Amino acid sequence: MALAELPVLTAADFASDQDVRWCPGCGDYSILAQMRKMLPSLGIPREKMVFISGIGCSSRFPYYMNTYGVHTIHGRAPALATGLAAVAPDLQVWVITGDGDGLSIGGNHLMHCIRRNMDMNIVLFNNRIYGLTKGQYSPTTPLGKVTKSTPMGAIDNPLHPISIAIGCEATFVARTIDVNIKHLGMVLERAANHKGTAFVEVYQNCVVFNDGAFSYATDRDQKSDTVLELEHGKPMIFGKNRDKGIRLNGMDPEVVELGKGISEDDLLFHDERAAEPSLAYLLSRLRHEDGFPEPIGVFRAVEAPRYDEELNRQIELARAKRGEGDFNKLFTSGDTWTVP
Amino acid sequence: MSTTADAPIRSSRTVQDLRSATVRLAGDSGDGMQLTGTQLTNTSALAGNDVATFPDYPAEIRAPKGTRAGVSGFQVQFAASEIFTPGDRLNALVAMNPAALVTNIGDLEPGGVLIVNEDSFAPKDLKLANLERNPLEDSSLSKYRVIKVPMSTLTRKAVEDLGLGQKFADRCKNFFAMGLIYWLYGRELDVTLRFNQEKFGDKPDIAQANERALRAGWYYGETTEAFGISYRVGPAKLGTGLYRNMMGNQALAWGLMAAAKLSGKELFYGAYPITPATDILHELSRYKHFGVRTFQAEDEIAAMCAVIGASFAGAMAATGTSGPGIALKTEAMGLGFMLELPMLIVNVQRGGPSTGQPTKTEQADLLQVMFGRNGEAPLPILACRSPADCFYTAIEAWRIAVRFMTPVVLLSDGYIANGAEPWRVPRFEDLPAIPVEHPAATTDGQPFLPYLRDERLSRPWALPGTPGLQHRIGGLEKQHVTGNVSYDPENHEFMVKLRAQKVENIAMDIPLQEVQGPPSGDLLVLSWGGTYGACLTAVQQCLDAGLSVAHAHLRYLHPLPANLGEILDGYRQILIPELNMGQLKLLIRDKYLVDAQGLNKVKGKPFNVEEVVAAIRASLLA
Repeated sequence: MALAELPVLTAADFASDQDVRWCPGCGDYSILAQMRKMLPSLGIPREKMVFISGIGCSSRFPYYMNTYGVHTIHGRAPALATGLAAVAPDLQVWVITGDGDGLSIGGNHLMHCIRRNMDMNIVLFNNRIYGLTKGQYSPTTPLGKVTKSTPMGAIDNPLHPISIAIGCEATFVARTIDVNIKHLGMVLERAANHKGTAFVEVYQNCVVFNDGAFSYATDRDQKSDTVLELEHGKPMIFGKNRDKGIRLNGMDPEVVELGKGISEDDLLFHDERAAEPSLAYLLSRLRHEDGFPEPIGVFRAVEAPRYDEELNRQIELARAKRGEGDFNKLFTSGDTWTVP
Repeated sequence: MSTTADAPIRSSRTVQDLRSATVRLAGDSGDGMQLTGTQLTNTSALAGNDVATFPDYPAEIRAPKGTRAGVSGFQVQFAASEIFTPGDRLNALVAMNPAALVTNIGDLEPGGVLIVNEDSFAPKDLKLANLERNPLEDSSLSKYRVIKVPMSTLTRKAVEDLGLGQKFADRCKNFFAMGLIYWLYGRELDVTLRFNQEKFGDKPDIAQANERALRAGWYYGETTEAFGISYRVGPAKLGTGLYRNMMGNQALAWGLMAAAKLSGKELFYGAYPITPATDILHELSRYKHFGVRTFQAEDEIAAMCAVIGASFAGAMAATGTSGPGIALKTEAMGLGFMLELPMLIVNVQRGGPSTGQPTKTEQADLLQVMFGRNGEAPLPILACRSPADCFYTAIEAWRIAVRFMTPVVLLSDGYIANGAEPWRVPRFEDLPAIPVEHPAATTDGQPFLPYLRDERLSRPWALPGTPGLQHRIGGLEKQHVTGNVSYDPENHEFMVKLRAQKVENIAMDIPLQEVQGPPSGDLLVLSWGGTYGACLTAVQQCLDAGLSVAHAHLRYLHPLPANLGEILDGYRQILIPELNMGQLKLLIRDKYLVDAQGLNKVKGKPFNVEEVVAAIRASLLA
């Protein structure tokens, strides 16, 4: 089809006929809205898109999209998406998961899905709590947090999604925040355009069971001091007056104030395309509770071989080398004998 | 080096004609017994015999050398008539060491030929086998024809001028044993010589040593006085046609590939390595030029889920595993059932429970695949009956899966998977096509109805990428027709019944059950899966003896054939032999309210024919 014939889609075209049933004020609404708003810009028809989810509040997402979709079982969305992408490389595949779904029950699949680098996008809604089962601690819940299953405080050391993704050899890793809608839309679009597995962590507020978990990063008065917006090739500067930065002291990052003998050139410069993921990993370890601003944006965006592409390339290679498989030839290969 | 220009070597001794021979080669798991057995099988098949095999090996790759735990055996029956089992009693046993001798001697018939490598009966060998006395030196073997052969010494001599060193020379002794057996049964060497060239041609010294050892074994039989007689098993009168030897897992893999082609699909096979199913993955991964995509998943669950994803995208999707893997796949199998997408789940059963006996056979997963899911989730179940039958049963399973839009379970077992038999090669054009329909694109803007059903109650298989058919499916209960999430109590019960009815409808789409023997009488043997050969042969023997028995072997275990109840009514007694504690029996008693009795064995081994005959006779006497 010529470009001119492509119908121009709008956000409304991506809305299914189902009522959205998240709690009023849930951060998921914002992610849904930005997704619907961003998708038309890709120029990909709706029928070429598939949303796959697991179990949890976030995983209701596919029902609300007028695309193809599968609401699967707990933790298994990446595995299901893997089979789909392996046989249908022309589809755009989105995996919608949460901190419990993706990092706890489905941790193994997430890890292997990311390392295979198939062409898909994984959006992990991190609200640091189990919402759908009503408030148990999750693998990203901070130590000491009192939840329904940890009345004396959580004693499970939390995981950090971005660190995990980098450890799994991710080629695209990003973080954004549900209420930062412009940034959220930008990150989703970049993920969609990445060739390979794009992993996006979204800080998402659960209004009922963990309200305010990310208020340090969303509060209008604080956020410029607590959030570091990553930009490729730019120095890492933050603060209301853009007077603070991140500098490397030996192997350790530190917060410094600009001026007083410290210039931009002394700061860390972001390089999302670095071959080695060391810088991205270092950034993933910056935490609010340790006195650092938490980075948002694209941590890492590199190209690497993709399992789906390689799989299909091997099929083509085999056919080029041996010809299209012939069953009669196969059946009569090797030792045979005839009974007259 | 030429292997075909040699003059054929012929035995000059007295030759006795046999209708069949059952031979077992047993040695240490590093002794190459599986290779030796496979060669004897192929040679016999190419000589026109019907063949059936039973490889029996330990789970350990290299169990401690010389111990009983490390014994690996390969049994083959080759016959001048059609056979269905690898044989009960051994006519000949080759024991490469004391451990192999003591663990196998019980199966050798009185008067049977026992060939031992006497070089491996030194005190240290006896100690490794936990033997206090040398059985070759007391009277414990007096009822057999014991042929003591210094195989290691003779093999070393045969290859000594090749300068291989003793370690490599000793590795050839299985070829010596093979040569001796070939002489004993009048087998030609050329098939094995050709194999040797193909396999070891790039290592000329090894290939040459193997050939020397093989010939030395043959000439030893010819020269020694020990045998006095050799045997001949003539060709079997099989149906006319072109044959090849076929192993169960290979046949299953080819069946999956053929099914894909017959339905105009490409095969996606997602699996996690597990004994005894892994060879299916190995086999399929060789056929990329047939469009086969194999995916070695991170675990059993991922393999199952990837198969669901591939099915949603429109591929022919299948997974293969064994009982422990099914346990892990269970939740995803339920999702596949709920989504109503076609896919195959192969279970090559092994000894259970838990890790159980990975390399041993059993039929104890029937109830697992029948009931092992949360909620009401009935799946169709088919079972292969023999190695070559795996090919056709795989095709039939896929036909049902796409016709009824459902996952289908295909049961095999370790005995079938690793066993071999001649397969009459079909012409691909003669295999029936499997029609598949996908709804076409729409432009009316109306929401697509993914759960609108046809007369069979199947739903449409709409593929992502098709304009206008965008839809969402999931594991939550769905509203009839629209597929939207529904908590309506009436709808839930309706849907549970509808899905069950759809699966029941398959009974109208499969052949009626056939019976071998009289349509009514004293006793019906009802069997399924890999016990086919033993049960069939046992019933034939009983019929020949004038007993009033018949045999029905089930390929379709769920739903059962529509006429099965009627068949059961025709017999005074029902006997269900199973390698489990009575799983089909439970289903049959429940469904038909008949007083079926079981013959049950869980020893990791298939039935002997004589066990089934004895059970039939005992039932008839009762």
